[in-house]
Amino acid sequence: MDEMIKLKEMLNPCIQCGTCTASCPNEVDMDLVPRKLWRMVLMDRNEAIFDSQTFTLCSSCYLCTLRCPRGLPLTAAMAKLKAIAAKSDLAKYRKSTRFYKSFMESVRRHGRVREGEFMALYFLSMKNPLLPLSFVSLGMQMMRKNKVAFELPAKPGTGNLDRLFKKVAEIEEGL
Amino acid sequence: MNHTYSYFPGCSLSGSAMEYDLSTRAVMERLGITLTEINDWNCCGATAVEAVSSLLGSALGARNLALAERMDPSSDILVPCSACYLNLKKVEMERREDPELAKNLDTILGEENLAINNPPGVRHLLDILVNDITPDTLLENTTRPLTGLKIAPYYGCQCLRPYAVFDDPEAPTSMEGLIKACGAEVIGWEMAARCCGASNMSTKPETAKKLVQKILMDARGADAIVTVCPMCQLNLEGFQKGISRDAGTDLAISVLYLPQLMGLALGLDPSEVKLDKNLALTPALKEKLISILSLKVNCV
Repeated sequence: MDEMIKLKEMLNPCIQCGTCTASCPNEVDMDLVPRKLWRMVLMDRNEAIFDSQTFTLCSSCYLCTLRCPRGLPLTAAMAKLKAIAAKSDLAKYRKSTRFYKSFMESVRRHGRVREGEFMALYFLSMKNPLLPLSFVSLGMQMMRKNKVAFELPAKPGTGNLDRLFKKVAEIEEGL
Repeated sequence: MNHTYSYFPGCSLSGSAMEYDLSTRAVMERLGITLTEINDWNCCGATAVEAVSSLLGSALGARNLALAERMDPSSDILVPCSACYLNLKKVEMERREDPELAKNLDTILGEENLAINNPPGVRHLLDILVNDITPDTLLENTTRPLTGLKIAPYYGCQCLRPYAVFDDPEAPTSMEGLIKACGAEVIGWEMAARCCGASNMSTKPETAKKLVQKILMDARGADAIVTVCPMCQLNLEGFQKGISRDAGTDLAISVLYLPQLMGLALGLDPSEVKLDKNLALTPALKEKLISILSLKVNCV
């Protein structure tokens, strides 16, 4: 994978000091701590990387990026792994990757995310009738306050970002 | 005050965080500051976009910078949402350092006849409140000091990191002067710049709830937590019941946006800062506000 080669170059200066692991708020739930994950990237252990849940647990708090003594963009590296998993549509990451994709699909259609539509797209893409139940409590609180409405997905309208999304894809494919 | 800013509200502020939008506008108006909403702005991509494509994230941000520059090249862009702020800031910084990215963005923006030449600065609401408006000005305009109210200032992550622009990225203090200028008291706590879990609350709820639990535990003793980000706000206010159950102790606490607190001190009514929209507003805080602000009972 080209993207993995780029990531390897990006992480090459890593000295395995573990400051990232020590800084990570979600480290307790990771099967591979961040330091080990970077080591796997440097050793081309792609199977181990895409067997692990580590990168999907990154909540983009940027503490590791801030503190890395080598100045490595570690939060961006986590995002890159998320993007690779999203592109490959790997089954074990769908709960995360389809969440992000559904968000971006609503943005493509209207230029701005419609919160109700985004969640509807997510539920439809996951085809799991039980998933919406875990969002009922928050959804009810929000509806009671008239903050979000239940929205069926709508076709792209004025303000859609089709051209921008298309051009980005063209450039990415040309790389 | 004679300041004008280009305003980037972002998607959350048009929906789930409408009270952040309305209270920001109300406070700025009260302080004599003009906000002009960027015409045709688009979503910044939040934390979702980098997990799909980093170039798409840069393109979404760049389009907003180009629109702001076209509308008013000499006014800074005021962004209340920390995720929006970081995404726009990132493009501002990265296109300067990466000529290949700048070239790609020019190509993408060219599709709509947009361009970035010398874009206006991207500024977080908190940065503008502290450095342009200043706590002194706020103090001069405070008509109803919130005496006796104990506040835990919560900064979260993305307004502080990775770009250390206006505060210490690990031990921030910028909100303290503003809160004191409102007449309220700042409590010392450890969790002010710790992560709330962000979108993990949807995709990895068990992990995110642990983080929020730590924050809510540490905030005990305060009358309210004050936030400057709609994602933080939602995670701190929307799951208190379940998290209290998991913790085996009642962690209910009021969570307000900073401009809501400021608005009250500036003499605005609770309805003008949309306190009715908050998901976590405890009866204890309501009572306190009624007595501090000498309000009628049905106002809060």
